[in-house]
Amino acid sequence: MIPLEHYLYISAALFSLGVFGVLTRRNAVNVLMSIELIFNSANINLVAFSRFVEGALGGQVFALLVIVIAACEAAVALAIVMSLYRVMKNVNLDEAAELKG
Amino acid sequence: MESMGSAAIFYATAAVVLGSALYVVVGRNLVHSAFALVAAFFGVAVFYVYLGADFLAGAQVLIYVGGILTLLLFGVMLTNRIYNLNLRSGAIQVVPGALSAGLVFALLVWIIQSVDWGAMDSGDPGPTSESIGRLLVGDYLLPFEIASVLLLIALMGAAMLVRRRGSS
Repeated sequence: MIPLEHYLYISAALFSLGVFGVLTRRNAVNVLMSIELIFNSANINLVAFSRFVEGALGGQVFALLVIVIAACEAAVALAIVMSLYRVMKNVNLDEAAELKG
Repeated sequence: MESMGSAAIFYATAAVVLGSALYVVVGRNLVHSAFALVAAFFGVAVFYVYLGADFLAGAQVLIYVGGILTLLLFGVMLTNRIYNLNLRSGAIQVVPGALSAGLVFALLVWIIQSVDWGAMDSGDPGPTSESIGRLLVGDYLLPFEIASVLLLIALMGAAMLVRRRGSS
């Protein structure tokens, strides 16, 4: 079978890719996609630990709640992106600096 | 022999997931990025199947691929002018970003290697939907209810945010 560490390595790589995306993309929707990658990497960890720890199905319940919260986050964040687009006519995050002092 | 084939499929899936995730964060075309994200989500669902989480694999495909990704595609389409067919997404601060992400990855790998997890594969748990359902209305009733209320709030909040002002 696949050892636990391999799941953890894959999850770590996915998390780092997500962090890279959040830090470097200009488009707000693309940043959201990177955040979804981070959610997924956390979920892989939760489910992997719930498999490798005896009788701990709570990890899967947690992963399910993470998926629900990811759906909420995507809906609200896209609403904010729409509002931003209405004001700025684009969604480049580096140009949204109106609140900067 | 069968377990070797299954391991090969696992590592091929890992390659697909990481490759498409890489495309999501470095690709230039937003729509292509969204479709690469589909591949990554499906690959994660395959991981769930390998981990014996059948219900979660289904939920992953239904909610992520069916719901969140459609939402993201709507986001891409609505926030770019339709005649502007090359939906580009530029990158900023690539070198600091790559450095930070590389540092995070190195830290995580160091932690994974230095800890003795002592983990034993507890075997295939079999169908999990019944036990997850019992947990959701038993031990995890409060988080479940909070998640429902959160969904309702997010729904109303999103609707309110995108409503045009003064058109009641």
